Amino acid sequence: MMIATLAMLLLACANEGPEPVRVVGSSTVFPFAAKTAETYSERTGIRMVVEQTGSGGGHKLFCSGDRSINATTSSRPQKPSEAALCASNGVKPVVEIRLGFDGIVLARSVAAAPMAIDEATLYRALARELPTSDTDCTAMPNPYTTWSQISPDLPNNRIEAYGPPPTSGTRDAFVETAMETGARHYPCLAEVERDTPNLFRARAHELREDGHWIDAGENDNALVQTLINTPTALGVFGFSFLEQNTDKVAAVSIDGIFPSRRTIRSGDYPVVRDLYLYLRGDDETGIAGYALELASDEASGLGGYLEAIGLIPLPEGERDLMRRRILATFEQNEGQAR
Amino acid sequence: MSGLQSIATPAALARLRKRRAAERRFRLYGRAAIAFSVTALAWLLFSIFSTGLSAFTQHWLNLDLEVKTVSGDAPNYRDLLADAMAEEFEITIDELAQDASVRGELLQILSASEATAQLRRRGQVEPRAGAVTLRIPASDLTDQFLKGHIDRGLAPSQRPVTDRQIEWIDQLVETGRVERRFNRALFLNPDSRDPERAGLASAIFGSVMILIIASALALPVGVGAAIYLDNFAPKTGWGGRMISLVEVNINNLAAVPSIVFGLLGLAVFINFFGLSRSIPLVGGLVLALRMFPTIVIASRAALQAIPDSLTDSALSLGASRMQAVFNHKVPLAAPGILTGSIIGMAQALGETAPLLMIGMVAFVTAVPASPMDPATALPVQIFLWSGSAEVAWAERTSAAIIALLVVLMLINGLAIMLRERLQRKRRR
Repeated sequence: MMIATLAMLLLACANEGPEPVRVVGSSTVFPFAAKTAETYSERTGIRMVVEQTGSGGGHKLFCSGDRSINATTSSRPQKPSEAALCASNGVKPVVEIRLGFDGIVLARSVAAAPMAIDEATLYRALARELPTSDTDCTAMPNPYTTWSQISPDLPNNRIEAYGPPPTSGTRDAFVETAMETGARHYPCLAEVERDTPNLFRARAHELREDGHWIDAGENDNALVQTLINTPTALGVFGFSFLEQNTDKVAAVSIDGIFPSRRTIRSGDYPVVRDLYLYLRGDDETGIAGYALELASDEASGLGGYLEAIGLIPLPEGERDLMRRRILATFEQNEGQAR
Repeated sequence: MSGLQSIATPAALARLRKRRAAERRFRLYGRAAIAFSVTALAWLLFSIFSTGLSAFTQHWLNLDLEVKTVSGDAPNYRDLLADAMAEEFEITIDELAQDASVRGELLQILSASEATAQLRRRGQVEPRAGAVTLRIPASDLTDQFLKGHIDRGLAPSQRPVTDRQIEWIDQLVETGRVERRFNRALFLNPDSRDPERAGLASAIFGSVMILIIASALALPVGVGAAIYLDNFAPKTGWGGRMISLVEVNINNLAAVPSIVFGLLGLAVFINFFGLSRSIPLVGGLVLALRMFPTIVIASRAALQAIPDSLTDSALSLGASRMQAVFNHKVPLAAPGILTGSIIGMAQALGETAPLLMIGMVAFVTAVPASPMDPATALPVQIFLWSGSAEVAWAERTSAAIIALLVVLMLINGLAIMLRERLQRKRRR
């Protein structure tokens, strides 16, 4: 049997085709990256593999210098530390492509009464430590246990929010947009931001650990199920997931604005992040063609197949800019790319 | 008579009653335990089959579309398709211009990826406008709606199908352009992000190759190690101490969480030996390590159950140790060894965690042709599908679980058949 295996392996090595094009990265971008890979592969015959490793894991793999990783997707911009890792491992030039937007929504079960919230309230409800008063920024543990304690207009329910764990790009984006904006409503914290931005970020990014904020896993289906079972709880996840589950969960408005394709695209809805693709400028596999497919009208334009599954497209001009950036970078090896 | 009376004292009778009651209670516990596990199994199977069976059929559409123009360098087939669909449902240009969402809703009715792929293929052969007959799967949305998984009675804001779409679907059904067919794609296609095109081919091939590689490595090594440890290894002195250390370690290895094997595989096979990520070869190597201790332990248990007198008598008649073990002991232990090996294989078939570390939790666009091509495995496919947003993935996930159960049952069936044959041979 062992001999049979060895023979099989030799046979396999003998007819090994070209290496597949490999994209790693964010699980938020995964549906879009995979759908595009499917279309691109169908059109060109180039085999593709799309792995979900999370944004952080993707950058780490991509910057490790492993040439079999052709690109990484990310639901946040590349951090300076990751750029340094890329540079030290000879992964350069790194090309950044913006793919579109994704809104982060707060949602409750459809069985719960509608709720409206603003970022200041959100910060009061979910931050681990709050300033003692508007002017005195000495930290005190968050004292609120029910929504109505923060504002009498809000329901008299226990504060209970389920959201992504710290490793997730969704979590990063949530604390960087909603929680930071909320923190700025405290005049003294706004002052801290001017003097020591790092301290401000630490204060704004720390979520409660006393059971009022609960780290749910990366599986959003499970999160939706939890929300159905606990109608008073709040869930935090990506907009595309909300769209597919309108029969089970309903969005909470932030500053009076409900998340929708229109409000996210126009920037009216405040909790929005960009989605990215990073690739090597000297890559001669089909990855450039893949990036062009991602930025094409048929994929991420209005009415494109990525919009149909929940990606919020970039403005027309910006998408054009991305296409030109890809073409300019890969001009030399355009022949192979197409 | 008097002797008997002295035994059956009231105290003794009371003790007898007590013992009998204990036995009755134990029987009752046993029945309760079996009833509990049967109920749990039945519940599991019922929930999987009741959601999964509908995935084995799929609605198809027969559409005669008038596709306007196929010109230019890279025509946007989605737009062309939307225009043709609008004409089919007699939607005027004014309506299209007024409401931007109509086009998107039209494309949600049918499998847009399949349709654009067909149009593109056609466009490459004869690039001209004209009538096209499309025989394509309905979209997952239409399919779920027609299967009754989306409630027509819900408020429009709460259901994924709009009123307009329901009208269009009804129109298609009335004109007989919808048929329900066996879902061949589920077994023949590689994975897809569109539920109506998604298939298990890549996962089934991946799982089968992983299993073949893993058992080809782990079975001979594991069974050989068990035979050596049981019959040939030194039992005393320094050698004996070494051997007992090895045995303890093999037992510990069986208890190591499987993700650790994945990390090991990543460090050794991918980073050190430079094999590619997400290929069945690495998966097979990692799972061989996972299976190995299970096989050794089960095989040793089977060998130890054979009385020593058997080998002793062979030895006393002048057989060598090798002859005594391989001609007499191993054949008797074979059914047990086989059972252990099957448990190891079944375990390996269900593993996801180690595959995560070696990059097999991935979307792969092609069905693998060799163990060096990227592939996924069945449990990984189940994991990936269960995390996807669209309603239709629920039934596909259950269908994938059914497929996994069928593969498991086939392996088990094969093992039972082999065991029966071996036992019958022995009885003769």
